[in-house]
Amino acid sequence: MAEDPVIEARMLKLASDMRCLVCQNQSLADSHSDFAADLRQEMREMMKQGKSNDEIVKFMVARFGDFVLFRPPMKSTTILLWFGPFILLVIGGSVLIISLKRRRQRVAEAPLSAEDLHRAEKLLGNQSGEEHKT
Amino acid sequence: MSRHLRYLIPLVVFGVLVAFLGKGLYLNPSEVPSPLIDKPAPVFELPRLHDSSGHFSSRDMLGKVWLLNVWASWCVACRQEHPLLVEFSRSRLVPIYGLDYKDDRDDAIQWLEAFGNPYVMSIVDLDGRVGIDFGVYGVPETFVIDKEGIIRYKQIGPITAEALKNKIVPLVKQLQG
Repeated sequence: MAEDPVIEARMLKLASDMRCLVCQNQSLADSHSDFAADLRQEMREMMKQGKSNDEIVKFMVARFGDFVLFRPPMKSTTILLWFGPFILLVIGGSVLIISLKRRRQRVAEAPLSAEDLHRAEKLLGNQSGEEHKT
Repeated sequence: MSRHLRYLIPLVVFGVLVAFLGKGLYLNPSEVPSPLIDKPAPVFELPRLHDSSGHFSSRDMLGKVWLLNVWASWCVACRQEHPLLVEFSRSRLVPIYGLDYKDDRDDAIQWLEAFGNPYVMSIVDLDGRVGIDFGVYGVPETFVIDKEGIIRYKQIGPITAEALKNKIVPLVKQLQG
């Protein structure tokens, strides 16, 4: 019995956004498990009944929980999951910038005396002299 | 003094991170928590296993605390929990109903004859549709349902003696009042 190609394509696309709970790294579209096949069939039938993608997603989440979605939903409990890395990056970046600025100030506060400046130039002059020997 | 304490911050952050990651090592990703806990169990009506002309309706169970055990003759892990279930059924603490999931009727009947029948009744879910409504993604699974038809606990995988003693029996007693 041939399947409606439009519904089939739509079903496979939606199924690829959902996780197979049995083979958890695969989507419902990819997994060969009976569980995935059953759910694909369920999705097919729901689409034939005229249900929207949104309704089908709600159906799955109501029965299997948020884990069936590949992308965790935006909820108060998952905000830390979504924004945590960026927040840590901002905190870490700020600490780095602040401590670098402070260090630069400390270095700027120690100017060389005339004697030291002369010594330094002499040392640098010797170094470049040796480099030209070869 | 507080200037030096500041250098402890990375260590504290690291400690917190280790605590979370350590806890994560003990979590089992194949145990997907059920969103149906404390929600009404799906109402269903299905044919009986042993008396194919008869039907079972979950609505008949209102007013009683009961266990719904999802099993199948092709399920190897079910054999692991089955002796425990058979023994537990003898205590008659709570009625156990079996949901024979995507199974062959004759195979199922023979399986119960071979390994024992702890069920008040077994019901046939041929295409697994009722299983989907219960969020079943593997076999065996067991649900504890209260007098109002609300799911109060789900056991993922075989029932263990520990789960029976520490979770299921106390819960059942509490629900029975």
